[in-house]
Amino acid sequence: MKLAIRLNKKVNRSWQVDALLFLALAGFGSFMAIPLIYVINNAFKPLDELFIFPPTLFVRNATLENFANLFQVMKNSWVPFSRYIFNTVFITAAGTAGHILLASAAAYPLAKHKFRGSKVLFTVVVLSLMFSPHVTAIPNYMIMSALGWMDTYQAVIVPAFAYPLGLYLMKQFMEQIPDALLEAAKIDGASEYRIFWQVVMPLVKPAWLTLLILMMQMLWGTDGGSFIYSEQLKTLHYAMGQIIQGGIARAGVGAAVAVIMMTVPIVTFILSQSQVIQTMASSGMKD
Amino acid sequence: MRNYWALFGKDVRRDKHLYILLAPYMVLFLLFTVLPVVISIIFSFTHFNMLEMPRWIGWENYSKLLWNDDVFLIGVKNTLIFSVVTGPVSYIACFLFAWLINELNPKLRAFMTLIFFAPSISGNVFFIWQIIFSSDSYGIINGFLMQLGVIYEPIQWLQDPRYMLGIIMLVQLWLSLGTSFLAFIAGLQTVDKTLYEAGAVDGVKNRWQELWFITLPSMRPQLMFGAVIQITASLAVADVAMALAGFPSVQYGAHTIVTHLVDYGTIRFEMGYASAIATVLFVMMLGSNLIVQKLLKRVGE
Repeated sequence: MKLAIRLNKKVNRSWQVDALLFLALAGFGSFMAIPLIYVINNAFKPLDELFIFPPTLFVRNATLENFANLFQVMKNSWVPFSRYIFNTVFITAAGTAGHILLASAAAYPLAKHKFRGSKVLFTVVVLSLMFSPHVTAIPNYMIMSALGWMDTYQAVIVPAFAYPLGLYLMKQFMEQIPDALLEAAKIDGASEYRIFWQVVMPLVKPAWLTLLILMMQMLWGTDGGSFIYSEQLKTLHYAMGQIIQGGIARAGVGAAVAVIMMTVPIVTFILSQSQVIQTMASSGMKD
Repeated sequence: MRNYWALFGKDVRRDKHLYILLAPYMVLFLLFTVLPVVISIIFSFTHFNMLEMPRWIGWENYSKLLWNDDVFLIGVKNTLIFSVVTGPVSYIACFLFAWLINELNPKLRAFMTLIFFAPSISGNVFFIWQIIFSSDSYGIINGFLMQLGVIYEPIQWLQDPRYMLGIIMLVQLWLSLGTSFLAFIAGLQTVDKTLYEAGAVDGVKNRWQELWFITLPSMRPQLMFGAVIQITASLAVADVAMALAGFPSVQYGAHTIVTHLVDYGTIRFEMGYASAIATVLFVMMLGSNLIVQKLLKRVGE
């Protein structure tokens, strides 16, 4: 068993159980990975390989045909494909950036200061982690229409600024910054804004990256909800749905879109993994 | 009393910079999260169809929902089956995999974290399961079973109420190793290593005792956080159900509270009734969170 198990422990561990546990890990790991491997392979399969019986998991003669077809299909559509890409990138970038900025600004006072109302505000944020967006969907629709934001980018972007999870994680992470550091800055005459921007923000880079991953994953996959109607404003996720609706004739092209969709969040996660884990370490709720 | 308000005003003036930092987030948070919940609760006592003014009808929506709406009860039943199965299973799976991964060396650990986390961040790629469970012989499961000779005709996996719920649970589990999984991995790395040595001296015999008496209690804050995220997600199952089994699903086999909400809210425009459904869901989420939080306080005792 060369699985790099921590052997320095004094506690008894039987290698049989070790073997069993790691076998289970490998088994469930493949359950997680196979659908993703399958879709990646499908994206590179030529048409005849997509429809052989029995179906194969791996591609034999890889081709880029599906990606080429995707752009071909999309070129003939009413809205150019690049527009869907632009919409998704724009919504993701604006929503994520705004969320990181506003959630950090709000997290700093909650994490490092005691003031009137701070406890109540944080409790409400924690409580709101406990309900899903489905509960608020209908009133949100009415609020959007009252604001005149129907069928605009901001109907998707602005609510994303104020998701509770980001503020929560950011606050937990900021609490670990030593008070002495902030006091030193204060003695040097820095205002609260300056302390926040020049002392705290550079220190919480891992937390930014975590918020970046979580928000980006959410917004990248958004279909615009019930707010966006016009074809010009629709997102990649919506376009993907349309292509998949095309049925088996478009199976390869559908897989190609899926690969494009999943690559961006996964690559971002790979690049920021270690920092993300560092933030999550402080994610806990105290009793 | 005057004294109190004077002090209050003084404190607020002193901390005005803090309120200014907080304001943009809080305004949007109140507008798009808190206000909708309040509106939803208020509308749940009215008859409202978006065209006429809302009309106050008291508890009528709730009594209709709980006593006269058989489809809602199917939705509740399915939602409970989902959350009782996928909720705890995914929660325990999140922890178990995090715990096993934590024993690996850093490179392998990073790789396995990615494998387990990837489905939950790859967005809407869960449609791939539609192809895997496709009802013709090109579906990978049907193709495989037919080749083995287990079945001779393709099974209509996603149209048959007997299989639907199970498949959706499977896909839901596949997707569920998300935020709480990461929180657990991270939490495990912060457990004080000297506690294990101390435990060994105090008579901890095997890894299971170590898990129960040392690891789990040290991670209680992360366990709480994970529970909130998992419970909320498992009670809100809908997207996967609608994408895989269709909407409405055959014989309402994959109907949940949220799909019922979508039905009344975005198709029939009975906003008062839909708000009552949302309120019931909200109460269920809050209630089960509070119960689970109470239970988790006992871990390691």
